[in-house]
Amino acid sequence: MKLLFEKSIPGRRSYYLAPCDVPEYTLPAPMQRQEALDLPELSETDVSRHYSALERLSFGVNQGFYPLGSCTMKYNPKINEKLAALSGFTEIHPLQPEHTVQGALRVLYEAERSLCEVTGMDAMTFQPAAGAHGELTGLMLIKRYHEARGDTPRRKIIVPDSAHGTNPATVSMCGMEVVNLSSGADGCVDLEALRQAVGPDTAGFMLTNPNTLGIFDPNIMRITEIVHEAGGLCYYDGANLNAVVGVVRPGDMGFDCVHLNLHKTFSTPHGGGGPGSGAVGCKARLEAYLPAPRVVMSEEGKLSLQQDCPESIGKVRSFYGNFLVVLRAFAYLTTLGQDGLPEVAKNAVLNANYLMKRLSERFTIVNQGFCMHEFVITMEREAKEKHVTAMDMAKALLDCGMHPPTMYFPLIVKEALMVEPTETEGKETLDEAAEIFLSLYDRAMAEPETMHEYPKETVIGRPDEVRAARHPNLRYRKAES
Amino acid sequence: MNLPKSMVFTKSHEWVKFLSEDTALIGLSDYAQDQMGSLVFVNLPMVGDEVIAGEPLGDVESVKAVSDVYSPVTGTVSRVNEELLDAPESINQDPYAAWLVEVSDISDRDDFLSATEYEEFCLKEE
Amino acid sequence: MGHYLPSTDRQREEMLRALRIQSLEELYRDLPEGLVLSDGPKIPKGQGELGVLRKFSSMAAENRVFSSVFRGAGAYRHYIPAVVSSVVSKESFVTAYTPYQAEISQGVLQAIFEYQTMICALTGLDASNASVYDGATAAAEAVALCRDRKRSRALISAASNPQVIQVVNTYCWAAGYEIELIPERDGVTDLEVLETRLGPDVSCVYLEQLSYFGQMEDAKAASSLTHQAGAKFILGVNPIAAALLPSAAECGADIAVGEGQPLGIPLSFGGPYLGFMAATDALTRKLPGRMVGETVDANGNRAFVLTLQAREQHIRREKASSNICSNQALCATAAATYLAAMGPQGLREVAQQCYQKAHYFAEALATIPGLTLRHKGEFFHEFVTDLPGDAAKLLEALEAQGILGGLPLPDGGILWCVTEVNAREEMDTVVKLAREVCAS
Repeated sequence: MKLLFEKSIPGRRSYYLAPCDVPEYTLPAPMQRQEALDLPELSETDVSRHYSALERLSFGVNQGFYPLGSCTMKYNPKINEKLAALSGFTEIHPLQPEHTVQGALRVLYEAERSLCEVTGMDAMTFQPAAGAHGELTGLMLIKRYHEARGDTPRRKIIVPDSAHGTNPATVSMCGMEVVNLSSGADGCVDLEALRQAVGPDTAGFMLTNPNTLGIFDPNIMRITEIVHEAGGLCYYDGANLNAVVGVVRPGDMGFDCVHLNLHKTFSTPHGGGGPGSGAVGCKARLEAYLPAPRVVMSEEGKLSLQQDCPESIGKVRSFYGNFLVVLRAFAYLTTLGQDGLPEVAKNAVLNANYLMKRLSERFTIVNQGFCMHEFVITMEREAKEKHVTAMDMAKALLDCGMHPPTMYFPLIVKEALMVEPTETEGKETLDEAAEIFLSLYDRAMAEPETMHEYPKETVIGRPDEVRAARHPNLRYRKAES
Repeated sequence: MNLPKSMVFTKSHEWVKFLSEDTALIGLSDYAQDQMGSLVFVNLPMVGDEVIAGEPLGDVESVKAVSDVYSPVTGTVSRVNEELLDAPESINQDPYAAWLVEVSDISDRDDFLSATEYEEFCLKEE
Repeated sequence: MGHYLPSTDRQREEMLRALRIQSLEELYRDLPEGLVLSDGPKIPKGQGELGVLRKFSSMAAENRVFSSVFRGAGAYRHYIPAVVSSVVSKESFVTAYTPYQAEISQGVLQAIFEYQTMICALTGLDASNASVYDGATAAAEAVALCRDRKRSRALISAASNPQVIQVVNTYCWAAGYEIELIPERDGVTDLEVLETRLGPDVSCVYLEQLSYFGQMEDAKAASSLTHQAGAKFILGVNPIAAALLPSAAECGADIAVGEGQPLGIPLSFGGPYLGFMAATDALTRKLPGRMVGETVDANGNRAFVLTLQAREQHIRREKASSNICSNQALCATAAATYLAAMGPQGLREVAQQCYQKAHYFAEALATIPGLTLRHKGEFFHEFVTDLPGDAAKLLEALEAQGILGGLPLPDGGILWCVTEVNAREEMDTVVKLAREVCAS
C-alpha cells in the first residue's frame, strides 16, 4: 500500500485554523528554518481513508484469538475507553491548581489504595510508563535503600536465566551487576544455587512468579527468605500476575517491591506497542524513595501532591505517568472488585490448562502437571526430525485467523512456543484453536516441506529481516528525479 | 569443515593468523558464522584500543542473536576491517578472508587449537 | 460483580472434567499453604457498568476544565483535528500488541514507519525510533547513549524544563553517570560558562530549543562549541516551533529529542504522551527502542518489519544500553495523523499563530505599569513576566473568570503560554484583569 508521502499532492491541504486575529509579528528571517518541511500534503479524505486502510492490515484482540504468551492479550473493555475519553479527564492540564483536579487526584489515590491491597504492598507510584520502566524504578528503589543505609557494597542483582531480557538490561541501567542464576528444567529457582549466589554484595533478587514457563515456584517462601537473610531485597516482576491476581499477593510471598503491567493484568489496551503503565508498588520501608510527587489526603479528605520528598530517587517521567492508562485500569478494578478479580485468575488458569491438555495430544509440552496462565510447547524434536520449526508453526497459524503464540521464548527452551489464552476466551474458542493447532501438527508430520511456505493468505509473505537489518531503511526517501 | 591449516583457533571460535611474531589478524571461524546464520552487523573496537586475551573485543549480530567476539591475544588494535561495517555478509561468504581486526604488540595469548584439534572440538560441540 | 468471562458454568464444568478436577481451586493446589486469599483482596465488591460510569463521571466532574488556558511549561493545548481521535480509536490499532508478526501487522508497522519519516522531516535528522515514553525520558536515553569509556560527563543546561532535568538526573544517578548543570543567564544557557566546562571527558551537551522560559537559544553556537570539544550535541525540540525555527540538523544536533504531546495529543493530566528521538546516520544503531524498517517479502513486495532488534534487551540482555522494549505506538500514530492532517503549511501556520499571538499578548501585558517581561531575547510562545505584588492574586482573579493563567514560578514570576487556540478577546480579558490587580 502507498505511503502517505506517495499520496501527497503539492498544494493540497486541510483547513482547521481560524484566521489569525492579532496583528502580524514576524520572526526575523535569519532566525527562521531554511530547510523545507517535508510533510505530506493531503486532504482530510486522504488521511482518513489512509488510516482506515492501515487498520485493515492490523490485527488486534478485537480481530480474534491472541494467545501471545507473556503478553496477556485479554479483551479491552469498552467502558474503560469511554471513561478515558471524558473531557473532565482529557482536557485538564497537569499543572493546574490542586483544588481544580480533585477528581484526577482521586483516580490516582484510589487506584493506589486498591492496587496496594491487590499486591500486598504499602505504597505505589504510577510514573513508570511501561513494565520495563517499572523495573527500572523498582531497582532504583532498591539501590537507594542500600545507599541510604550506607550499605554500598551491595551492587549485585540475581536474575534467573528464565527471566525476560528486560531484567538483566535494567540491572545494567542501574549501574549494578547481574548474577545469572541457572534454573532447573522447570524454570524454577534452584535453592542451592541461590544460597551460593547470595552474599554481602547482594542488593536484590528479581523474580517472575509464576515464571516464564507458567509455573508457580513452590519454594517461593524459602526463596524470599534466603534473599532477606543475606540482606537483599526481593523484586516481583508482575508480568505474569494474571495467573494469581486476587488469589495470592506478592507482598505475602515476601516481596518488597513489585511492578504491575496495567496493560496486561488490568485490561488496558496495548495500542500496538504502547502506551502502557508499569506501576510500582513497595513495602513501607521503601516508600520514602518513591518518585515525587506523591498523592496524599488531608484529614478533611482533600487531595494534594506532595512535592517535598527529600529521600526520593527523583522523577522517572514527567508529571504523574500515563494517567489515562491508570484510569482505565482503575475502572476495570472497580468493575471486577473483590469478587470478580479472583475469577479472572482462576479462569485464565483454567483456560490455559484446558488448551494445554488439548494440545498435549500431539505437541510436546514443557510443563509437568498443571500450568498457571500459560504453558510452553517445544518443537525441538519436530525441528530435528522434520525440519519444522516453531517459526513455521507460528507462520502457518497466521493463515488461520488467529495470532500465533510467542516464539522462541523463554530462551531456556529450544524451539519454544509460549501460549497464553487469557480468561476472556470461551471454551469454544479454545476448542477451535486446538483443532487448528492439531491439524497443522498433522500436516507438519505428513508434509513437512509445505510448512515453510506459510503464510499464504496475508498481505505480505515472510519479510526479509536480514536485509532490513543489514541496510536499515528507517524512513521514506523521495525517489531521485 | 572448512579449516585452513595456516591458522590457529580458540574454543570461543575465533581464528588467529600471525603475520609476524607480535602481529596477528583475528576473525570468526566458519563454524561460528554457520551457527550464527546471516550476520547483519559487527561492532568493532577502534584503532588504538587495548584488547585483552579472553575478553570481548566486539560482537557480531544476526537478526535474532548477538555474540561476543573474544580477543585471543593481548595487544593493541592496529587495523580494523571497516568494509565489514557495510558488508557483514562477507563473514558468511568467506570467513577466513573477512578478518575483523589486526592486533599488534602482542604480549599475551590464549591457548590455541590447531586446525585438527579445533575440528575435533567443534564435532564435540555438536 | 462485573466480569468479562465468556465461558458458562456448564462450559467450565466440561473443562474441569477434561482436567479431571472438581473445582477451579484445585488448579492452585501446588501453591504453598496459607498464601491463597480465602475471600479475594480487600477492595470494594465489583460494580455493573452503570455504577462504574457514575463513579467516574462524578470524579471527572470534580475536575475543572478551563475554557481558556495560558499555561504550558511542558504540556501544551493546541487544536486537535477531529480526524486524529477518529484514527486512534480504530480498534485494531487500539487492541494490537507490538507488531512482532509482520505479516498481519503491516498497518501498525507502516503507521510507525510514516511517523519515523515525519520525525526525520521535523528534525532534519536521518533516523528516528518508534518513540519512547515521553520527552523527559527521551532526553535521559539520549544522554545515556552518548556515554563511552573515555567520556563520562554530561552537561545539561539549567535553562531546560526542570522535569527533564530531574528525570535525566535520576537516570544518571542510577547508572553512575556524572552530570553537571550549565547555568542559565537571561532565560537561556550561559554559553560562556558552557565553553569553560567542556573538555575531553564530556560526552554530550543537552539544551532545549525553546528554553523552559520560552526563549530561543543560540543552538548553532552551542552546537559548534560542543563539537569543538568532541562531544555530542543533543537538542530538545518543541515540535510545533520546529516548523518555524531552524531544524535540529540545521543547528548541528547529533540527536534531537522532545515531547511529542503538542502533536495532536490531549493534555490528559500529563499522559499518555510520547517522546520522540532522532539521530544522525552515525548514531542510528545506538538509538534505543523499537524501530521499523522497510524491506521486501519473499515475493519482492514492499514490507515493513521491526528491525535492528539485536540492539535490544531481549537479545542483548545485560549488555543492552537500554531496557526499553515498547513505544507509545498509539500516541505516535496520533502525532503522525496530526502532522498528515496539518501538512507543512498547516503546521507552519500553527507555529506562526503561536508566535504572533504570544507577541501580541506579551506586548499588551508589558503596557501595564510595574509589569515587566523578564527576558529580552527572542521568544516563541512562552515568556516570563514579573509583576508588583503577589502572582497568586492575579492567578486567582483569572481563575474566577474561568481562565487558567500562566504557571507561577518559585521566584514569583509567571510563565505564560499562548497557542493558536487562544483568542484575542481572551488575551484582552487577561490584560484587563492584570491591570486591575497590579493597580490594587
